[in-house]
Amino acid sequence: MYAFTYHKAESVADAAAKVASADDGVLMAGGMTLLPTMKQRLAQPSDVVDLGGVASLAGISVTAETVSIGAMTTHDAVANSAEVKQAIPALASLASSIGDPMVRNRGTIGGSIANNDPAADYPGAVLGLGATVVTDKRSIPGDDFFQGMFETALEPGEIIQRIDFPIPKKAAYVKFPNPASRYAIVGVMAAETASGVRVAVTGAGPCAFRETAMETALAGNFSPSALDGVTVSPDGLNADIHASAVYRAHLIGVMAKRAVAACG
Amino acid sequence: MATVSMTINGKQVTGDVEGRTLLVDFLREDQRLTGTHVGCDTSQCGACTVHVDGKAVKSCTMLALQADGAAVTTIEGLADGDVLHPMQEAFREHHGLQCGFCTPGMIMSATALAARNAAPTEADVRHHLEGNLCRCTGYHNIVKAVMAGARAMQA
Amino acid sequence: MPRDDGIGASVRRKEDFRFVTGRGTYTDDINRYGQTYAAFARSPYAHARIDGIDTAAAQAVAGVVAVFTGDDLAAAGVNGLPCGWQIHSKNGEPMAEPGHPPLAQGKARYVGDAVAVVIAETRAAAKAGAEALEIAYTPLAAVASIRAAKAAGAAVFDDIPSNNCYDWELGDRADIDAAIAAAPQTVTLSLVNNRLVPNAMEPRSAIGDYDTATGEHTLFTTSQNPHVIRLLMGAFVLGIPEHKLRVVAPDVGGGFGSKIFHYAEEAVVTWAAAKIRRPVKWTSDRSEAFLTDAHGRDHETTVTLAMDNDGKFLALKVITDANMGAYLSTFAPCVPTYLYATLLAGQYTTPKIFAGVNAWFTNTCPVDAYRGAGRPEATYVVERIVEEAARHLNIDPAELRRRNFISPDAFPYQTPVALEYDSGNYAGTLALATKAIDYDGFKARQAASKAAGKLRGIGFSAYIEACGIAPSAVVGSLGARAGLYESGAVRVHPTGSVTFYTGSHSHGQGHETTFAQVIAERLGVSVENVDVVHGDTSKVQFGMGTYGSRSLAVGGSALSKALDKVEAKAKKIAAHLMEASDADVEFKDGVFTVAGTDKSVAFGDVALTAYVPHNFPHDELEPGLEEQAFYDPKNFTYPAGCHICEVEIDPDTGVIEIANFVAADDFGNIVNPMIVEGQVHGGIAQGVGQALMEGCVYGEDGQLVTGSYMDYCLPRADNLPNFKVSTQVTPCPHNPLGVKGCGEAGAIAAPAAVMNAVTDALRSVGVTKPIDMPATPSKVWAALNGA
Ligand SMILES: Cc1cc2nc3c(=O)[nH]c(=O)nc-3n(C[C@H](O)[C@H](O)[C@H](O)COP(=O)(O)OP(=O)(O)OC[C@H]3O[C@@H](n4cnc5c(N)ncnc54)[C@H](O)[C@@H]3O)c2cc1C
Ligand code: FES
Ligand code: FES
Repeated sequence: MYAFTYHKAESVADAAAKVASADDGVLMAGGMTLLPTMKQRLAQPSDVVDLGGVASLAGISVTAETVSIGAMTTHDAVANSAEVKQAIPALASLASSIGDPMVRNRGTIGGSIANNDPAADYPGAVLGLGATVVTDKRSIPGDDFFQGMFETALEPGEIIQRIDFPIPKKAAYVKFPNPASRYAIVGVMAAETASGVRVAVTGAGPCAFRETAMETALAGNFSPSALDGVTVSPDGLNADIHASAVYRAHLIGVMAKRAVAACG
Repeated sequence: MATVSMTINGKQVTGDVEGRTLLVDFLREDQRLTGTHVGCDTSQCGACTVHVDGKAVKSCTMLALQADGAAVTTIEGLADGDVLHPMQEAFREHHGLQCGFCTPGMIMSATALAARNAAPTEADVRHHLEGNLCRCTGYHNIVKAVMAGARAMQA
Repeated sequence: MPRDDGIGASVRRKEDFRFVTGRGTYTDDINRYGQTYAAFARSPYAHARIDGIDTAAAQAVAGVVAVFTGDDLAAAGVNGLPCGWQIHSKNGEPMAEPGHPPLAQGKARYVGDAVAVVIAETRAAAKAGAEALEIAYTPLAAVASIRAAKAAGAAVFDDIPSNNCYDWELGDRADIDAAIAAAPQTVTLSLVNNRLVPNAMEPRSAIGDYDTATGEHTLFTTSQNPHVIRLLMGAFVLGIPEHKLRVVAPDVGGGFGSKIFHYAEEAVVTWAAAKIRRPVKWTSDRSEAFLTDAHGRDHETTVTLAMDNDGKFLALKVITDANMGAYLSTFAPCVPTYLYATLLAGQYTTPKIFAGVNAWFTNTCPVDAYRGAGRPEATYVVERIVEEAARHLNIDPAELRRRNFISPDAFPYQTPVALEYDSGNYAGTLALATKAIDYDGFKARQAASKAAGKLRGIGFSAYIEACGIAPSAVVGSLGARAGLYESGAVRVHPTGSVTFYTGSHSHGQGHETTFAQVIAERLGVSVENVDVVHGDTSKVQFGMGTYGSRSLAVGGSALSKALDKVEAKAKKIAAHLMEASDADVEFKDGVFTVAGTDKSVAFGDVALTAYVPHNFPHDELEPGLEEQAFYDPKNFTYPAGCHICEVEIDPDTGVIEIANFVAADDFGNIVNPMIVEGQVHGGIAQGVGQALMEGCVYGEDGQLVTGSYMDYCLPRADNLPNFKVSTQVTPCPHNPLGVKGCGEAGAIAAPAAVMNAVTDALRSVGVTKPIDMPATPSKVWAALNGA
C-alpha cells in the first residue's frame, strides 16, 4: 500500500468536509473492496476517511411499505436481520450469499453499491426491487443509479446514507457464482412489486440491468414457464475465462426461472 | 504516525502506526503475535482471521487504526495457559490440521460459527468455511473437528 | 498387548499443540536482529530485452539500503541455479540446459522473472524502491504455450532456436507401431494435463544472515529439503562450503513439491546478507507466488491402446509434449520422463509400451514436480484410455481392468518400462472400492438422478505409483546428479528419552509423531519421551528431504537401521549388567532379559549405564548410546489402489457435484492410520481440484490470467464431499518397516476417476467428445450443447 493519511469521520458532514479538503480523498466503509485495491497498489489516495464511527449510517428500519438500510450496515447484519427476513427474505438471502462470513462482517451495502462492481450482488437488489438511494445531497432512483462498469450517479464526495427498498409482493434472488471468486457470474433478482414485475440481472453485463423482455413475459403470468420462449442475447455481455457471453446469456434464463420458481 | 490502542487477548496495548499499517502487521510485527498468518494478498484465504469485538474478520483487510479501541482476540488468546480451548482440542483430536498454516484462521472462524450455531451440520460448516482455504487436509477432518468443537464449546 | 502409541495406533500428533495455539515458527515468523527486507523487481513482460537499469531513483527512496542487479551478481561471481537431473535425447545428445541466473541478465524470460532486488529498512520501503527502479525493456515476441514453442518463430533462448529441451523416448517405436497396426481393436485419445499452481498456503519466504565473527552464512527458508538447498546453493551458486553454510527449514506450511526446488530468492538473500552484513528477509506475496512458485503438470498427450477382441491389452503408445517453462527448475527434466513414462504400465500386463516425450521451453514460469510429479500424468493417460477402451468394447470398466491386472502371484513383476514392481494385489483394492461405493447400485442411482433431471456418471482410477524415491544407483544411471538415500540418527539420552535426527522434513506430514511411534514400538519408550528433529543442517548431519512419498519408506528405513544399531549396542550393555552373553539377551517392550533366567534390566537403566559408565566394559564398548544410519533403498515402493468417483451434473448449468468418492489404497504397513487417512484426503482434494477447478492460464502474450484466487479456483470446503477411504495391506518386501508411502496417492488417482465419471455422465446423454480438465461448468455446459 502507498502511504496515506487516515481520518475517522464523526458524522456525515464531517466525512464530506474531510474528503473535500483532501488532495485525493476517498471514503472507506467496510474496506473490503478499497483495501484490497490499495494493497495491490491499484489506488493511491492521499487521505482515507473512515465512515466506521458514524453511527447514524448503520441500521435497519422497517415500515409497512419500506425496508430502509443504512449505508454502513454490514452484509451480515442484513443477512441475519429478523425484520429483513420477514419483510424481504430475498434481500437477506442475497446478503448471505456475498463473499464469506468475514467479508460479511465488514462489507457494507453502501460500499457495495457505491463501488458498483459488475459482479456484485447488491446492485441486483437495488435495481430488481426498485430501491431508492438516499445520499447526503438527494434521492436517486435505483433505475438511474448504475451507469456503467464501476460507474454510478454519485458525484465526487457524495455520500450514500441509506437505501430504501419498497417491500415487494414477492421476490427472490438466485446467483450463479464464479467458481473462483464467488462473485456473481450471473445473479437474477425477480420480483413482483406494486409497480409491476421487475427482473434485474447482475454479473452478466458492465453493470446491473433490467431484462425487460422477461418482465413483459412475466407480467401476465408470473411463473417459470412464462420465460420459456424468452431468449437473451449475448451481445454486450461480459466474457472471461470462466464464462463466455453465450453461456452467461443462457445462465440468465436459467437463473431467472429459478428465481421466479423460488418466489413461490 | 498515529497512536493506536486496543485490547489484545485481554491485554491493553498501545503502538505507533502509519495510516496504512494493517491490523495483521500490527499483530505480527509490532506485537510479535505470529500465530495470525498471511496466506494471500486478495483477502480470500482467511489465514489472518481474528476476532474484533467478537466478530471474525480478516486482519489483512483492516487497518490497525480501524481497530482503535476495539477488543481483539487472536489464536494466542484462545487457550487458557496450556489448556486448549475446546475448538483447538477438537482440531487436534480429529486431525483437522496438517501443516498448521491455515489452522489459526480456521479455528478463529470456527469459534465464530459455534458462537452462533451450537450444533452446526456438515453443510453448515462447509458453507461457513467459504472464506478459509486449506491446501493440506481436503477439509474432511476440519469439518469433523468444527462440528465436534462447536458441540464441545456448549459443554 | 500392542502399545497404544506404537506402530498401527492413531496417535494424536505431537506437533499439533504448537500449531493450534499459534506457536508454530514459520520462516516469516522469524526476525533477526538488524533485519532488512528485500523486494524483487520482476519482469512485467513474458519476454523482453533488458536494455538498462537505472537504480538512482530506487537508491534515493527513504529507507533503501542497497540495490543489486543481475550484473552485480555476475560480477561478484554468483553462478546460475543448477538443474539436478540430466536427460539425454534419443539421439544421445544431452538435453539443452540454458543458464538460469538468479537475477535476469540481458533478457527476462517470463512474467515474474526477477530482474533486480531492492533491500530496505522496511518491507514498504523495499517495495517502493523496487517500484522506483527504472528498467528499460524492449518487449520481444513471447512463446506462451507448447504450441507456440513448436511453431517456427520466436525462441526463448537465442541459442536454442527450436525451443526443444529434449526429445526422449522409452521403448521400441517400430515394434509398438507394428503391434498396434496388427491389433484387432484400438482406441486413441488426445489429453491435456492442465497446468497447476501448487498453492501451499504458506507463501515462500527466505532470510539470509551472515555472522561476521565466524564467517558462517545462515539461510532460513521454506524448504522441503534443507540439505539439498545447502548443497545446491553452497556448492553450485554461491561457492560456500558446507561447514560455513547452515540452512534451516523451520515449520513449513505445506509444500506439495513446490518447496523442493532451489529458488533464486534463497541465493539472493544469502548472498546479499553477507554483502551488506545485515540479515535480509524476503516473503512472497501470494501474487508473486502465482507468478514464481514452480508450476506443475502441463502435458499434451496422444495415447493409443491396442487390444484383442476380449479386451486384453496388447500395446500402448504414448506421445507427450511437456512444458518446462522458461528455465529448468531443479528436478524438472525427470518429471515427464523417468517419473512418468516408467509408470505407463499401470496395474496391467500390457506387454509392449512406447513413450516419446518432447520437452519445450516457453516464456512461462518454470514447471517442476507437483504432488505426484509425473505419476499423476501417467495415471491420467492410462486410466482415461482404459475407460475409453471399456466403452469402446462395451465391457464393464471394472471387468476390463480385472482381465488385465498383474496377478498377485506374478510379483516381482518386470514391466516393459524399466520398473520391477515388488508386490501388490490390484483386484483386491478394486473389490474394496467397488463395494464401498456400492457399484451394483449405481444404475439405480443413475436412474434416480435422471428422474430428477440430472446426469450421473461413475469413473474408476486404478493407479500405481513408484515412491520411496529412490535407489541411488538406479537414478544415477538415469541422469540424477544426486543420490536419494536418507540419513537418521538416534540419540538415547541418559534417562532413556530419545531424540531422533532425520534428514527428511515435515511440512504437514506429521513426522514428529510417526517416527516417534516407530521408536516407541522398538525401544519401549513412550512417544512423549521421543522428540524428532528435522529441518536444520546444523543439527541433522545429512538428508535428502521429503517428496515422492519417501519419508517413511526411506527415512523410516534409515531410522530402523539406526535402531538396529542402538539395540545391538544396548544388548551388549545389558549383557554386561546381567553378566550374560549378549547372544542370550532378548529385548522386548523396553526390557532386556536373559533367556531361561529371571534376570532383567530396563532400557532406561541401560541408557543410564551408557552415560554413567562406572562399571563398564571399556575394552569392548564405548560409553554413550547414539547411532546413525544411512539407508539407500533397494527398489522403489509401489503403492497402488483404486479410487472411484461418482458425479452428478446439472445439465442446465453444467455444474458438477461429487456425489460420492471412495478410495481403496494399498500403502503396505501403516504406522499411523489417522495421519495416512489425512494424507489421502488432502491428495484427493488436490486431484479433484485439478479435475474440476484448477487451471493455470497464460494469455497469448504470456501474461498470467489466473494470477490470484479471484481467477484460480482453489477447492473450498463446500466444493468437496466427505471421502470414504480404506486400505488393504500388502507389505513392501524390501524395506524393514514394510511401508510404501501414502502422500501422493490421492493426487495421482483422483483426476482420472473424476474425469472418467464426468465423461460417463456425458455419455449417458450421447455426448462422446471428451473434455479436458478442468471440467468447469462452462466447459461441461458447452459440451452438452455442442458449443
Ligand atoms: C473475499 C471477498 C469476497 C467478496 N465477495 C463478494 C460477492 O460475492 N458479492 C459481492 O457483491 N461482493 C463481494 N465482495 C465485495 C464486498 O461485498 C464489499 O464489501 C463491497 O463491495 C464493498 O463494501 P465495503 O463496505 O467494504 O466498501 P469499501 O471497500 O470501504 O468501499 C468501496 C467503495 O465505495 C465507496 N463508498 C463506501 N461507502 C460509501 C458511501 N456510504 N457513500 C459513497 N461512497 C461510499 C468507497 O469510497 C470505495 O470507493 C467480496 C469482497 C471480498 C474481499
Ligand atoms: S491473508 Fe488471506 S485473507 Fe487475509
Ligand atoms: S493444514 Fe496446511 S493449509 Fe491447512
